[in-house]
Amino acid sequence: MTRIVGIDLGTTNSLIAFMKEGQPCVVPDRNGRTMVPSVVALTDNGLIVGDSAKEHLTRNPERTVYSVKRFMGKGLADVQNELAYFPYTLTETGGVIRIRLGEKSYSPPQVSAMVLKELKRRAETYLGESISKAVITVPAYFNDSQRQATKDAGLIAGLEVLRIINEPTAASLAYGLQGKTQGTIAVYDFGGGTFDISILKLKDGIFEVLATNGDTHLGGDDLDRLLVDLFIGQIQEQYGINLSEYSDHMQAVRLEAERAKIRLSDDLKATITIELPDDKGHFTRELTREQLESLAMPVIERTLAPCRMALKDAGLTSKDIDEVVLVGGSTRMPLVRRRVEALFGKAPHCHLNPDEVVALGAAVQADILSGGTTDMLLLDVTPLSLGIETMGGVMSSLIRRNTTIPASAKELFTTYVDGQTGVDIHILQGERELIKDNRSLARFRLKVPPLPAGVPRIEVTFLIDANGILNVTATDMRTGQSQSIDVKPSYGLSDAEVERMIEDSFKFAVDDVNARKLIEARLDAEALLKTTERSLTEAGHLIMADEAKGIRNASSQLASAKDGSDPRTIRARMAELEQAAKNLNVVMLDDSLKKSLQGKKVTEVT
Amino acid sequence: MLNASMDQQTPESPQPRGLQMARSMCWHCQSAVTGEYFCDRCVKVQPVSKETDYFTCLGFPRRLTLDPKKLEAKFYELSRTFHPDFYQTKSPAEQTISLGNAAVLNTAYRTLRDPIQRAEYLVALETGSVKDIRTSPPAELFEEILELQDTLEAFRSSERDSQEGRELRTVLETEQRGLEQRRQEMEAQLHRLFTDWDQLQDRGEATSPAREERDRLLKHMRDLLSNRTYVTSIVNDLAATIA
Ligand SMILES: Nc1ncnc2c1ncn2[C@@H]1O[C@H](COP(=O)(O)OP(=O)(O)OP(=O)(O)O)[C@@H](O)[C@H]1O
Ligand SMILES: [Mg+2]
Repeated sequence: MTRIVGIDLGTTNSLIAFMKEGQPCVVPDRNGRTMVPSVVALTDNGLIVGDSAKEHLTRNPERTVYSVKRFMGKGLADVQNELAYFPYTLTETGGVIRIRLGEKSYSPPQVSAMVLKELKRRAETYLGESISKAVITVPAYFNDSQRQATKDAGLIAGLEVLRIINEPTAASLAYGLQGKTQGTIAVYDFGGGTFDISILKLKDGIFEVLATNGDTHLGGDDLDRLLVDLFIGQIQEQYGINLSEYSDHMQAVRLEAERAKIRLSDDLKATITIELPDDKGHFTRELTREQLESLAMPVIERTLAPCRMALKDAGLTSKDIDEVVLVGGSTRMPLVRRRVEALFGKAPHCHLNPDEVVALGAAVQADILSGGTTDMLLLDVTPLSLGIETMGGVMSSLIRRNTTIPASAKELFTTYVDGQTGVDIHILQGERELIKDNRSLARFRLKVPPLPAGVPRIEVTFLIDANGILNVTATDMRTGQSQSIDVKPSYGLSDAEVERMIEDSFKFAVDDVNARKLIEARLDAEALLKTTERSLTEAGHLIMADEAKGIRNASSQLASAKDGSDPRTIRARMAELEQAAKNLNVVMLDDSLKKSLQGKKVTEVT
Repeated sequence: MLNASMDQQTPESPQPRGLQMARSMCWHCQSAVTGEYFCDRCVKVQPVSKETDYFTCLGFPRRLTLDPKKLEAKFYELSRTFHPDFYQTKSPAEQTISLGNAAVLNTAYRTLRDPIQRAEYLVALETGSVKDIRTSPPAELFEEILELQDTLEAFRSSERDSQEGRELRTVLETEQRGLEQRRQEMEAQLHRLFTDWDQLQDRGEATSPAREERDRLLKHMRDLLSNRTYVTSIVNDLAATIA
């Protein structure tokens, strides 16, 4: 069986993990970092992803996409009131948001696919084998459209998505593996863009989710925004500058706000420095933890109602919870910990790295799917009630929220008019009475043979699979014939569109590879130039003038190759420079060795 | 987006005739199935037949008092047998069966886990008809409910913070407590009937008094269950209005 990897596709950061000798591990990059910022930038040399793309947030804000997860499975109207916060341009086609990047527009699944490809590539380099199958995590409270969008992203990235699994439940798998925990646990997952709470019962290797709740639009991003609003309000007041008109400065403010917020999890005070446009100097101020907390309080409070609701749905009170587990970067905030502790009446624990635990759990689930582990089994639930539109704009519920998946419901349909040949069905998800208050998922038309009213009997089966994704099938009860259904998603890509995007992504893969090679070569060249420069300043006096000149020469050759677009030339010039500086490095090493030995007794050296 | 696909409950034989056969003949190797969930010969998982009731599915007799621990243990055991996670490496046909079986198992467990739903299901099963949905109040509550509707109407059209509004709320709160009390009594009565039912079943007599007793119990439970549902929905309405 080929290897299945586990992927945490986060709003802010994404990770990829695999199983090694029965233990999940996260794949690190060359520098040992495990998190890939979920940021995609369009540069003159093509699309780049991750840390290098993050640098473009301030340099090139209109062409740098972050927090794309907030747009998965959404239409433009859903995000209307936060458009002002994003420097890039959003449009909508066919109920799906499109993000403008240069000449082209991309759907959120396509942008997410770029992040997935980067993760895939990372794992392929690290493991030295090709990766084609994955388990990808989503917030537990994601609806059908958002789950499907995530699956589409996987397909576009060239991955077979064997399972979509919920982030808090993934975390519980990683914890369960650790401590052989038994009992009832609450997983509180507060990340960059989403909040989830899941209540699980762990018994004899079965992880049974009792209830889940959350808010797919609530996270650390929202705290950053409160700070940004505070700062730009003050700047407006003090300097009369409307910073929101400068998208590059806005990104700098956002990053500064986040940095201060993170610092205040450890320190009681942080200094904020924001460069003003048009050489107007700097705005500086101090922010205390107390100030941050009073600002953050309403946001944190919004996480508590879903917690209470989940407890209620599970038929439990906070006393019944044996353990509270914290997941997600935002749970590092002391205020969050205090509020969670107050709610559940016990100190939450987090002995696994909250950044990595979801990816680790995804790898465990991947192991279960590949048959590597059979002692653990996850029984998850559907977070939202599923229903269909009935007379008077009312939703009739077919599968209630918190029903264990796979779950199915059957409904018999007939006609009201003689000779009627179709019945229109509108599928929704949500907890409200009226369809207008719930989320429209899809519509389809049931084909009916022309017969007197009330005679046709078509049984429709609504099945929510183990991914939490809906599948619809229909059978004519009179003939036993099944019919295929052409479902039109309300907020999703059509199958044809996904197909096309997969093709596109293969087509561009070649370009992508070249672009990546170039970017990597440039980064490496830059690093080499820097160290050579440093060596020359430190040890230039120890070598012959001719030799130093040769090195400078090779350096400037490399510098100009670096501005070109051929990675091979860059690599060749790098090799030349390395050759030219070989002796310098030896001399420098000797010198530093001599220095470190000075003043030491001979006995110590030998 | 939704995954639309053909109905594939019984992959190799989609005709209705196949559904009945699924019980006795392996869909894969066509030999007679003697094992419980798997074909003895080819070890392929077998679809749970559409005719299998939830008690049979979970391996319990048709009783109304079930040990929740045992029920859970059986549910976990069967989840390990059928869950799609363990069929990822199997053929598409087996994956489809596992998905269908797991969905049936989950519904069966959800239904039998809750004593009220369990009783509603058993009554429907034994009488061969679905539960009645009451649209008018049960006789003994008729007067009370009519009066309550009037008070609710008055409350809805009153100012919440006025003297009248506050008084009406107090009346409604008392009413709510009264109805909740009523519901508890009904449930207590139901539980006594559950015990009677189980005892009757355990005796297993085929006499005509036993048959009459059976019909009487079913009818009584059926009435109580629908009254209880009615009262519950009134209470929920009430709670929502005064919240
Ligand atoms: N020490 C800290 N204190 C406060 N917030 C922090 C800290 N460290 C990280 N964060 C915040 O956590 C968020 C990122 O967390 P994480 O990586 O868990 O999110 P994600 O998985 O990308 O998002 P999601 O799960 O919502 O899709 C960011 O908003 C970041 O600012
Ligand atoms: Mg996360």
